[in-house]
Amino acid sequence: MTVHSAPTRPKSFQDIILTLHDFWAKQGCVILQPYDVEMGAGTFHPATTLRALGPKHWRAAYVQPSRRPSDGRYGENPNRLQHYYQYQVIVKPSPADAQELLLASYDAIGIDRRLHDIRFVEDDWESPTLGAWGLGWEVWCDGMEVGQFTYFQQVGGIPVVHPSFEMTYGLERLAMYVQGVENVYNLDFNGHGVTYGDVFLRAERDYSKLNFELANTDILKRHFEDAETECNALVAELVAQPAYDQCIKASHLFNLLDARGVISVTERASYIGRVRNLAKACAEIWLSGESNG
Amino acid sequence: MAEFFLEIFSEEIPARMQASGAAHLEGICAQVLKPLGFKLGALYYGPRRIALKAELAGEVAASAVAERGPRTSAPEQALAGFLRKHGAAREDLTQEGDFWVLNKQSPAQPAAAFIQSALPEALAKLPWPKSMRWGASGDFTWVRPLRGIISLLDGAVVPLQLGPVTSGNETWGHRVHGPGPFAVSSAAVWEEKLREHGVIADPVERREKIATGMAALAAAQTLSVAPDEGLLDEVTGLVEWPVPLLGRIDDDFMDLPPEVRELSMKINQKYFALRDADGRPAPHFAFVANLAAEDDGRAIIAGNERVLRARLADARHFWDLDLKTPLEDLLPKLEKITFHAKIGTQHQRAERISKLAGDIAALLQLDATAQQQARTAGLLAKADLVTGMVGEFPELQGIMGGYYATRSHGAVVGGAISTHYQPKGPSDAVPTDAIAIAVALADKLDTLIRFFAEGEKPTGSGDPYALRRAALGVIRIILENGLRLNLKPLLNNDSSLFDFIIERLRIKLRGEGKRFDILDAVLYGPSGNTTIDQLRIISEQYQRNAFADDDLVRLIKWVEALTVMLGTEDGKNLLAGYKRAANILRIESEKDQKLYSGDPDLNLMTEEAEKRLYLHVNAVMAKTKEELWNENYESVVIELASIRPYIDAFFEKVTVNAPEPELRRNRLRLLARFVGAVQQVADFTKIEG
Repeated sequence: MTVHSAPTRPKSFQDIILTLHDFWAKQGCVILQPYDVEMGAGTFHPATTLRALGPKHWRAAYVQPSRRPSDGRYGENPNRLQHYYQYQVIVKPSPADAQELLLASYDAIGIDRRLHDIRFVEDDWESPTLGAWGLGWEVWCDGMEVGQFTYFQQVGGIPVVHPSFEMTYGLERLAMYVQGVENVYNLDFNGHGVTYGDVFLRAERDYSKLNFELANTDILKRHFEDAETECNALVAELVAQPAYDQCIKASHLFNLLDARGVISVTERASYIGRVRNLAKACAEIWLSGESNG
Repeated sequence: MAEFFLEIFSEEIPARMQASGAAHLEGICAQVLKPLGFKLGALYYGPRRIALKAELAGEVAASAVAERGPRTSAPEQALAGFLRKHGAAREDLTQEGDFWVLNKQSPAQPAAAFIQSALPEALAKLPWPKSMRWGASGDFTWVRPLRGIISLLDGAVVPLQLGPVTSGNETWGHRVHGPGPFAVSSAAVWEEKLREHGVIADPVERREKIATGMAALAAAQTLSVAPDEGLLDEVTGLVEWPVPLLGRIDDDFMDLPPEVRELSMKINQKYFALRDADGRPAPHFAFVANLAAEDDGRAIIAGNERVLRARLADARHFWDLDLKTPLEDLLPKLEKITFHAKIGTQHQRAERISKLAGDIAALLQLDATAQQQARTAGLLAKADLVTGMVGEFPELQGIMGGYYATRSHGAVVGGAISTHYQPKGPSDAVPTDAIAIAVALADKLDTLIRFFAEGEKPTGSGDPYALRRAALGVIRIILENGLRLNLKPLLNNDSSLFDFIIERLRIKLRGEGKRFDILDAVLYGPSGNTTIDQLRIISEQYQRNAFADDDLVRLIKWVEALTVMLGTEDGKNLLAGYKRAANILRIESEKDQKLYSGDPDLNLMTEEAEKRLYLHVNAVMAKTKEELWNENYESVVIELASIRPYIDAFFEKVTVNAPEPELRRNRLRLLARFVGAVQQVADFTKIEG
């Protein structure tokens, strides 16, 4: 792989991705492609959630499109998107030099640590829908959060055997920083004149409309029920990843319902509990399959 | 003496846990190393390390224990317990008669060996608020991954094992300025070399450097830093090599409410707000970098300014959006928000607060317009809970409602909403505007009434709805504004709630070093037309507080006047005379099964001292009648204290239990009159001393 970038010119959006791929591939990570189910964060990818469980060592890196329906701003907010990209790294068990590796990856992207103030600020990570938590930090660059660094302690309600190091880079933010751009839509996407807005602005407008105005909430509720039913049926058959696909779907449908504002406070807790139960069931059958295999 | 130095080096420790982590380190070492005469020299903490240096004796002195243990016939567990207590084995025991006797000789133990055997187990239990496992740690947990330990006794490594880490003499410096590792031989060398490697180890020095550095930068622009000790502590824990810097806030954002700007700066970014020479918010912020950058921080400042722009742009988005919707239009949304499952929605709450605020405004004798303003403010007080800004910054609830209402309903209603959560803590101010007072009181009273009605009262340890704070808020608003209100009707005459508030008042007085026993005394005093004896009889059948005064301002006036009186010689003696009289009355009343409440007869007074007491008490009662009405309590207590020589003379000269029944009854009636005069003011039996 060659990365085309003049030394004086900041990396384009896609160059940053290619650089990170190159960097983490050299650390022995398998470079995966995005998972083909809609999800709220890269953590939901089975390469993180399921693989964090069990005794087998594992190293992976991938880009994951992440959907946060309620963060839609019709393309009018320079910083918020309902669809954005996370770069996700998982290394199990966590290496002793995890922090140094992360800092070296920033060097590779072109953040000069002699000029920029990089800090690890307390931020405990918890995903109620995944029954997962870990301790770690927000990584700050000159006061801006550019990543989330976590040592996994529990996933799917199950304490992990080997704590993983998980790093989530917010790619748009990082690119905006590297390029010195204040509006996400002005990001240089490819170094050949295509901007982030050229690629995504229209979609942001249309999906915002879907998320807040158009999505048929009766259908969404029905789909949620269906995903839940199917997940439970697949759990009974011990097919962990197909069952987990349905869990991710349920989670995204819940996020959509939430964005449409049709979930009351008490219902909210109940929906989260239902998704968590699915995640736990999937984690359990995944783990039983791992130890048997 | 030997120098012991211990550094525990890890990945970044959350700022709020560093000082307590170091304190626990000291506590553990002080306890475990007590046999070595542990004496702390210095304690250090920072983003990646906690450390201490101490003086220790060179060895644990030899010791001999000779102690009689359990009987030889005692159960095995008793003997096992005895051995465990002394760390002894069966072989150390001898038998003397029916008893086991321990004779244990412990030879002197070198300090290093003792540290090595005793310290690691205790250190592993250092209580972090949250701790974790990592890749190499197995079951060992620490606040974040542990990376190194230095353990030196007079420069020599004392090998310690904590989880996966073995101690040595190396540590690491600042990630950019001097990563290391490098070796050290003493605490002084450690501190010195860390400085060379870009780390100031002493938290006090870092804090000072930040504070003076920011102040100097601000002063150069004729500005000053808004004091924030908590934030200063936090940023001290975020940097190893503090470099204070100043950034600019775009003028476009200076018309946002300062609370919005400064909360975003503080919570999200750990920035300090600045003030101009007149104390107004200045378009600058101060912050601390962890890097002496080659460009003097230009890129860091530019980056931080950019982040703040994005943050404030988001705040402006919510501000503009919120201003498009009148607060009234948000009320239906409150119907969907449950305040508490048993108490109902925020909308129902708002309606109750509205009505109560209007009622309180009427009680405070405000005019019809003002009463309506209080009702409006009460109704809209919770509407900002569904605004975008409060959704983003919950800490701004009330404040935002105040800004929005000021625009739509004027400064009076807006101000009342803005302050209706006050006082939020002991150091927070109370509202002073009459309408704001009505709304703030209504908010707290409604919470107290509803939770008490549902039986959700605070327990010893738990007060999830902050009812104690609400009660204290009610007390402070009433007292600090001198509001003359009868509290009980405002509490729906809930006697347990009244007791709860009086209890908070008692605790408040105690906290202020005032005499809360006097509060108990006046509580059942001045309001009563009842005598002590009547009260005592009746109180067994009824709630005591049915008789208690519920005008807090009057209660406190009394407490203050009586505190002054009881500080004088006359006051103390009057109290003694009163207690003696009340005691005699109680004993004689019980003996005779009757109360001595009739008028004493001057003609039946044979002694000069009883006549003079009678006449003086009558004179005092006549004089104090009007002064009591006017609440001129200082004069009342001076009058009362003037009885002192008369009651003293009475007890000196007069035999109460005279052989003649009429004389005895008359003297008891006189004592009852005296007691009645004094207890117009308070139930002095409750006062100590």
